[in-house]
Amino acid sequence: MIKRDVMIYTRYERFWHWSQAVLIFTLFFTGLGIHGTHSFLKFGQAVTIHTYAAYALMALWVFTTFWNFTTGQWRQYLFKKGIIKVIRFYAWGILVGEPHPYKKSLQRKQNALQSLAYMTFMVIIGPALWLTGIAYLFYNEWAGQSWAVDGLWFVAVAHTVAAFAMGTFVIIHIYMTTTGKTPLHYVKTMITGYDKVELSEVEEAYLAETKSVEMR
Amino acid sequence: MKRLFRHFRAGAVALALATWLPGAALASSTADHSKFESLKGPFTSAPEVTKACLACHTEASHQVMKSIHWTWDFTNPDTGKRLGKTRTMNSFCGSPLSNEPRCTSCHAGYGWTDARQPPEPVQQNVDCLVCHDRSGGYKKVATDAGHPLYEPRTMGGKTVMPPDLAKAAQSVGDPGRDNCGACHFNGGGGDAVKHGDLDSSLVKPSRKLDVHMAADGANMTCATCHTFNDHIPSGSRYDTAAKDPHGLDLPKDDHNRATCESCHGDTPHHEAKLNDHTDKVACQTCHIPEFARGGIATKTLWDWSTAGRKDADGKAIFIKDDHGHLSYSAEKGDFEYGENVRPTYHWHNGVTDQVNIGDKIDDSQILRLNTLHGDARDPDSRIWPFKEMRGKQPYDPVLKTLVVNHVYGRDDSAFWGNYDYAKSIKFGMEYAGLPWSGQIGFIETRMTWPITHMVAPKEDALKCGQCHTRGEDGRLAQLPGFYMPGRDSIAWLDILGYLALAGALGGVLLHGLARIVMNRKTRHD
Ligand code: HEM
Repeated sequence: MIKRDVMIYTRYERFWHWSQAVLIFTLFFTGLGIHGTHSFLKFGQAVTIHTYAAYALMALWVFTTFWNFTTGQWRQYLFKKGIIKVIRFYAWGILVGEPHPYKKSLQRKQNALQSLAYMTFMVIIGPALWLTGIAYLFYNEWAGQSWAVDGLWFVAVAHTVAAFAMGTFVIIHIYMTTTGKTPLHYVKTMITGYDKVELSEVEEAYLAETKSVEMR
Repeated sequence: MKRLFRHFRAGAVALALATWLPGAALASSTADHSKFESLKGPFTSAPEVTKACLACHTEASHQVMKSIHWTWDFTNPDTGKRLGKTRTMNSFCGSPLSNEPRCTSCHAGYGWTDARQPPEPVQQNVDCLVCHDRSGGYKKVATDAGHPLYEPRTMGGKTVMPPDLAKAAQSVGDPGRDNCGACHFNGGGGDAVKHGDLDSSLVKPSRKLDVHMAADGANMTCATCHTFNDHIPSGSRYDTAAKDPHGLDLPKDDHNRATCESCHGDTPHHEAKLNDHTDKVACQTCHIPEFARGGIATKTLWDWSTAGRKDADGKAIFIKDDHGHLSYSAEKGDFEYGENVRPTYHWHNGVTDQVNIGDKIDDSQILRLNTLHGDARDPDSRIWPFKEMRGKQPYDPVLKTLVVNHVYGRDDSAFWGNYDYAKSIKFGMEYAGLPWSGQIGFIETRMTWPITHMVAPKEDALKCGQCHTRGEDGRLAQLPGFYMPGRDSIAWLDILGYLALAGALGGVLLHGLARIVMNRKTRHD
């Protein structure tokens, strides 16, 4: 086994990650403004920014979903065994200096807990936001229905609940990025794309030969 | 695509509008009335002028006699109820009955001295000049059942000269703001009293006060919107158009431009989000942020119950406030006024129940003289601005009806002069032929007056945050029945949400702290 600096996040993945981060921050901030939690923005401004950011985020998600499927990266998010071990590690092991129970590899960029969290994000929180968000955005197209008054209540409240879930997710997510070798290790990885990964000799030789993944 | 089309339509409206506006079109009359022999006079009475008008305008009087300006009679198509000034009660003056020569001074005719009967259909009793005089000199005197002065008269210590009827007759033209205003600005017995959005400041309004009627705005007149068809005006407070599904009047004209949508359509804004509001929010709600903005105060409270007070010398008491407004009048009671008043807002679908004289009322609560229909779930309703008038007025606590108060007249019963409700109401009820128990009570009343004039320039329109706010002072803070972003939320869900956020934050901070502390320990070990 050899440790090599391997590009584990491609240029698109990094672009996607950081633009998604900016958009979600923007949406959460302006959303809470609309909600009346704070008043740093005028209501009209908050709605305008929220609307543009929402369109941008949805476009990004469409591209990324496409990317995930064409590159086969979607498999990264599939359920993995060993989640209990990972939870135990974060709850206790990390405090007493135990090694991480999971080894990052090219085929397994995420540990079991991460996959589960991201999966939740992608199939529950995300869709809850965009489904209710689109219904909210196009309220006027269904405002004439007899159920529209109740419908708006439901849509707005569901959107708000999902937003709170998203906020909670983001807080924990950001904290988790500090649990690498150094507090900024994961962040750097997501910026540069490179991380030290253990490769078997065969893998290394293959990658060096085909250049299918960049190495340093 | 739909939105694109809307933009195109908005442009088309602007073009079309330019051809309507009086100043914009080069329409001049082909008749110069100052050259007509028959209008040179001299005229000894106003009906003589009318006779001269009718010699050419053969159908005019017949048309006017069908209009509400003449009949004071209107059957509400929504409720089927017969309304009109002689039947329907408001929180101001009471009833014209028994007070005719004073109240019928605003009748579009001459000599209607008994309002229990419809005005006699005498052709030359139609008042052409009150609407068409452009000399500015013609004026119906306040007490002569619609006639102007014919002789000099001393009023309030001043000698007032009669108008020059010949000059008025030769000046005739399309009605100006001052013509309509002569009556409509003075509803409730004085300038600005009644409506709040109609007063003499609209004769020459600034752009800030009224974008449509300002000389440096569109310079429109009342009739630009209140289209007249054969002398029948459009627009009605009894039968309001809370929503105009007909929308733009061009290319197909419904000859009723008395709604904003008639000219502006229902998607007038460049911003789609604003257009999204027009199905639920009347234009007036945002574009008339306050009424009584022209520097003339409108009455907001009229309490008849205190009227009739006299001082030690037996002289009727009149008190003026710091602004020179009567705050107390022995003739009328207590008053409160408002300028730059923020409207109250209600859902309204155009259907209104009015209380008529003689209607059974419920005196166990505040009496609403007009009850608005509509709510958030009603597709025909929109949020409208209103002037809320507070009143307290005499009623019959036994028979539970409002009463006719005989205020004006040179007799020993008229309240203005004798200050005795027992006499004035007895007289009024007998005159009206209505049953009265002999008892007098005072009931608190409320009345909502739709606000639709004094449209402000767009830069003064309400901003989103004035409604979309948690604040108690939000414009729609009191309006129930629907979810509005920025105002509404489910409190317990919010608390759970904030707890989740705070819990996550606290949790990770603790965990981080534990990591730091434990790491040191393990290293030291
Ligand atoms: C995914 C696409 C999204 C769409 C299409 C969307 C759309 C909308 C719309 C139309 C509104 C109402 C604005 C108005 O009043 O006109 C809204 C409100 C809101 N949004 Fe979003 N949004 C999206 C994503 C998000 C995200 C990611 C968050 C938070 C992380 C968020 C948080 C909120 C909040 C808190 C509100 C206020 C809800 C209320 O008080 O009624 N939204 N959103």
